[in-house]
Amino acid sequence: MSIEATYVPSPLDDTLPKNPVLRALRIGWVWVRRYPIVPFAVLILMIICALFAEQLSPHDPLRGNLRAAFIPPVFQEGGTWEYPLGTDHQGRDVLSRAIYGARISTIISTAVILAGGIGGTVIGLVAGYRGGWVDQVAMRAVDFTLAMPFLLVALVVVVVFGQSLELIIVLLILFGWDNFARVVRAETLSLRESDYVSYARIQGASQARILFRHILPGVVGSVLVIGSLRVGSLILTESTLSFLGVGVPPDTPAWGIMASDGRQHLSRAWWISTMPGIAIFLVVMGFNFLGDWLRDWFDPRLRQLRVQ
Amino acid sequence: MWRIIVNRLAFGVAIVLLITIVVFGLSRAAGDPRNIYLDEYATPEAWDAWGERMGLDKPLYVQYGVWLWDTLRGDFGESLYYDVPSIRLVRERVPNTLQLGGVAFGVAILIGIPLGVISAVQRGSIIDYSVRGFALLGQSVPVFWIGIMMILVFSATLGWLPSSRNEGWQHFIMPSIALGWLPAAGLMRITRGAMLNILDSEYIKLARAKGVSSGKIIWAHGFRNAIIPPLTVAALIFAAFLTGTVVIETVFAWPGVGRLAVQSIKNNDFPVLSAIVILFSSFYILLNLIVDLLYAQLDPRIRLD
Repeated sequence: MSIEATYVPSPLDDTLPKNPVLRALRIGWVWVRRYPIVPFAVLILMIICALFAEQLSPHDPLRGNLRAAFIPPVFQEGGTWEYPLGTDHQGRDVLSRAIYGARISTIISTAVILAGGIGGTVIGLVAGYRGGWVDQVAMRAVDFTLAMPFLLVALVVVVVFGQSLELIIVLLILFGWDNFARVVRAETLSLRESDYVSYARIQGASQARILFRHILPGVVGSVLVIGSLRVGSLILTESTLSFLGVGVPPDTPAWGIMASDGRQHLSRAWWISTMPGIAIFLVVMGFNFLGDWLRDWFDPRLRQLRVQ
Repeated sequence: MWRIIVNRLAFGVAIVLLITIVVFGLSRAAGDPRNIYLDEYATPEAWDAWGERMGLDKPLYVQYGVWLWDTLRGDFGESLYYDVPSIRLVRERVPNTLQLGGVAFGVAILIGIPLGVISAVQRGSIIDYSVRGFALLGQSVPVFWIGIMMILVFSATLGWLPSSRNEGWQHFIMPSIALGWLPAAGLMRITRGAMLNILDSEYIKLARAKGVSSGKIIWAHGFRNAIIPPLTVAALIFAAFLTGTVVIETVFAWPGVGRLAVQSIKNNDFPVLSAIVILFSSFYILLNLIVDLLYAQLDPRIRLD
């Protein structure tokens, strides 16, 4: 086992292109990945919107005013600062609805990531450490979860129980723990054999102490990386469910529902569907950057390209 | 190999059974299942006959047996909304879904794999950068939004393409690209990675040293080995198709099974929805099974493990 961990640039690393424009693009990209100020600002903005939706939104997201329907965004002819992103077919303010939409997405992704992440991590730790039948059962459960077609199951569940925020959260948790469990188990398997864990065992540390004091800190990095990469896909899934009418109830100001509302009015009001899509895009990109950044931070060997 | 076939087959059957148990459980979870199999116009005689038929006075496992037997014979009950057998509604729409899925699959493969190869060979070029930007975009926006934006630009604004239904080849263009984009992005990234790995290997260097033409190196030596990794993401691609079909058919008002599923939710039509879910899931699991076996056949390491 080698002790030195010097960075040897693999030939697979992307080389800098010769074309000056591409070269600048590439370096800029690496800088954004290394110091993702803009993507992080987007995420912070989203959380602020979620926390202070009442104070930030200029109008009631639910109350429409039919006389103010189909007002275009401010930068287009006929738009006013009263409604910076325009209004929808019922005269509701698109900006206010988008701000409240951030709240819905934040609630769902936080709940699902916390529950799925903690549950999956504990299952992975125990399965990896105990091995034997515990491991067998846990890994079979992971296989089953992976092979189940999520959307189809969600459709039947919703048709029986009706739409609700809680139901969607529970469904997403049931399908959102497997990734964590698999990775944590694999890392636990290798940490279990390491010297410091053996010493702890010889010292007479209890199983719980070994798992949570000694092994858990070693897997936290991966859990955070998976978690942040997972948020992006969660937000995509949640907005898709809402778009199809099986997510949160139809009156809720959620991004997927806004996009669905604007579909009938595309030739008249392009902004109703476009704005929430841009919000989703920015947030998903933000979380993907965060995940990549965390991965680099926890494992510098994975850094893609060094810029002097 | 036989051991693998039996193993995977057993797993597939177990998953399908699990799904039937979930659907059956849900049909009983909401109280009397006759409430979701019969509409409010059902006569008392029909109500009693259904109770008899479903064995509602017998234990649950007997009810499940009765229900499973009906399901295996393709009897999912009558649609509450259309008053025809659910299976017939599904069967009428299957061709449309398969056509769209097939075209989109072709789009994904014909775009994803060649672009991945070109992107790897011309690493750092403008083509490489645009291709990777295209893939990144496809993976960061929801599928329904890609569809809506296409309709906004090409139908509502430019008026070039039809935005709904299936009435000729022009109707396939937007839905199949929207549906194939995400799988193409995944394929492209995997192919690029695999191709980069292989182009860097010793035997490619040997081929170069021997003076083999670069076209032959790329396609005959590199590509043939780079084709295995994309197979590993086939399961993810099928999952993307499964979700995508439901979404894209809704966006483009495509008369297929996915749209029927969404309509059944609006109509509270449990029999139709249960038929779709069970048939669609079985098909999806069958596809994954085939890919697993194909992969084992191609890669001896899995077969001999």
